Amino acid sequence: MKEQPATDSRIPPRSRALDLLRQMIRIRRFEEKAAELYSAGKIRGFLHLYIGEEAIAVGAMQALRPEDAIVATYREHGHALARGTPMGPLMAELYGKANGCSRGRGGSMHFFDASRRFYGGLAIVGGGLAIAVGLALADQLRKRPSVTACFFGEGAVAEGAFHESMNLAALWKLPVLFICENNLYAMGTALVRSESMTDIAAKAAAYGIPGEAVDGMDVLAVEAAAKRATERVRAGGGPSLLECKTYRFRAHSMYDPELYRSKTEVEEWKTHGPIVSFEGRMREWKCLTSEDLSAIEAAVRAEIDEAVAFAERGEWEPLEELTKDVYTANVNSET
Amino acid sequence: MTYREAVREGLREALRSDPRVFLMGEDVGKYGGPYACSKGFLDEFGPDRIRDTPLSENTFVGAGIGAALGGLRPIVEVMTVNFSLLALDQIVNNAATIRHMSGGQFGIPLVVRMATGAGRQVAAQHSHSLEGWFAHIPGITVLTPATIPDAKGMLLAALQQPDPVFIFEHAYLYPTEGELDEQAGAVDIRHAIVRRAGTDMSIITFGGSVWKALAAADQLATDGIEADVIDLRVLRPLDMATILASVSKTHRAVIVDEGWRTGSFAAEISARIVEGGFYELDGPVQRVCSAEVPIPYPKHLEDAALPNVDRIVQAVRSLVSP
Repeated sequence: MKEQPATDSRIPPRSRALDLLRQMIRIRRFEEKAAELYSAGKIRGFLHLYIGEEAIAVGAMQALRPEDAIVATYREHGHALARGTPMGPLMAELYGKANGCSRGRGGSMHFFDASRRFYGGLAIVGGGLAIAVGLALADQLRKRPSVTACFFGEGAVAEGAFHESMNLAALWKLPVLFICENNLYAMGTALVRSESMTDIAAKAAAYGIPGEAVDGMDVLAVEAAAKRATERVRAGGGPSLLECKTYRFRAHSMYDPELYRSKTEVEEWKTHGPIVSFEGRMREWKCLTSEDLSAIEAAVRAEIDEAVAFAERGEWEPLEELTKDVYTANVNSET
Repeated sequence: MTYREAVREGLREALRSDPRVFLMGEDVGKYGGPYACSKGFLDEFGPDRIRDTPLSENTFVGAGIGAALGGLRPIVEVMTVNFSLLALDQIVNNAATIRHMSGGQFGIPLVVRMATGAGRQVAAQHSHSLEGWFAHIPGITVLTPATIPDAKGMLLAALQQPDPVFIFEHAYLYPTEGELDEQAGAVDIRHAIVRRAGTDMSIITFGGSVWKALAAADQLATDGIEADVIDLRVLRPLDMATILASVSKTHRAVIVDEGWRTGSFAAEISARIVEGGFYELDGPVQRVCSAEVPIPYPKHLEDAALPNVDRIVQAVRSLVSP
């Protein structure tokens, strides 16, 4: 199949579209596998799946460079995968093995990857916003052309940390891109039940920050908006806020009986999910065949199998390392 | 030189010697620091390095964590310990955990300073001593400089640490005077120190109470009771060796802590003496702590609530007859 001519700027070249699709499928299948392994007892703790929201991580990450920093939440598997952390250490982290990306100490909610400036994996709602402000401050003071992308859920908007961080980032014109993943439910509480004003992008105006809402189910729309916002931030325009309207198809976590929303609502959202809708559009553009899909699925399956094997053969961290990395030096607080 | 000037010297030396160091906090710039510790610094170092922050404790402490992750050496001033409660999320959930949780990939070389303690009639929301709470948390270092050399040297030492360090400066100490050697620099921040040597009693304390303990020891000496006065200096990691060595010599211990007695740091020390030195003891460990009351405003009530020289002397006398 030939590359699509660039007649419509909204239609990406075939190779690029395939890559975006592949990345979203990769996240989806990784998480489906994680759910399966959770049920099998291989993975424990909290497991928050990103299924349904893949377009945001994949789209937004297209706007970021290796020197940029990323701060994510406890629903961060997709961000780490889209950032390029290999799947093996991520799977091993879910297992709690020492070959995990955080030596198994963090688990699902605490992926870290220093080599990719990936600063977590933070599980306190709104807790990453201030850290993003500080990372951006460091970049600004050291005159590095980096942007810090901070992902957070719409539930964090209710935290004081959101407002404090918006204010400080705007006041100091810091290079932060705040990316709100608005999936409409803070655990089980709908946004309309917790916010007096539900237009999150509009809240940015109160701090003089450009805010934009975008269809978070559309990977190209997220990519385009993220690129616009990132360019503005990189050019010294101070922080930007992007609200990506999305939906999670799974429960908040594996413990959630999901009593707060109807099955029909979930099913309705699934019909225009980020992967299915992008596949449909690619077919319309005649840049996706069944063979393409099979090839992607096969490659992802092989990658996941390898990641599971990597995790399975990983070692448990030795007990004598229990108190390692509490302090840099081996400070014994029991002396 | 005053304790305040020693803090200033430490800050100035840090800012001059390392371009990665910057100071941020409420009123540290234009106002000159709520305790005048950074007066004039805005002119000297400029607004990039002396940063006034909004009243957003959680976020500016968090921004300090982020800046440390980003390769800087932030010194964050939280005006008083009571305000630090607004920043506990960042302190406990991020500063203290990220190194461990990331498998050692990320360190947080952050220094946070704050004023603590009572004695200035500023009532309950500005007078508490909560450093013992912070000492509960693994992953952070907790320092309580009591002397002029420590006021400067602990700050410089803290900046050399790759992990978060919290410095609690007793507000009552800022105007106190003492000597500081011109060459004085970073000090050891791993060990307690015996400020006064004796054979009959171990008085164990830290921060602003060190001077009360020393005064009590002087008074006791006139009755022939010689007390070891241990200034803990570092609440975490705790130097138990110095405490146990003293107790093994004196066989008696009184702990002075301006925190409340219930769940206090004094309780921790008491338990550890019992765990590690029970058979050395000739009597029960005694504690002199603050009364179980929010610190009151009127002077007579505030004085009555706090450990003082008389109460320390009485506690010692209850264990030793001259």
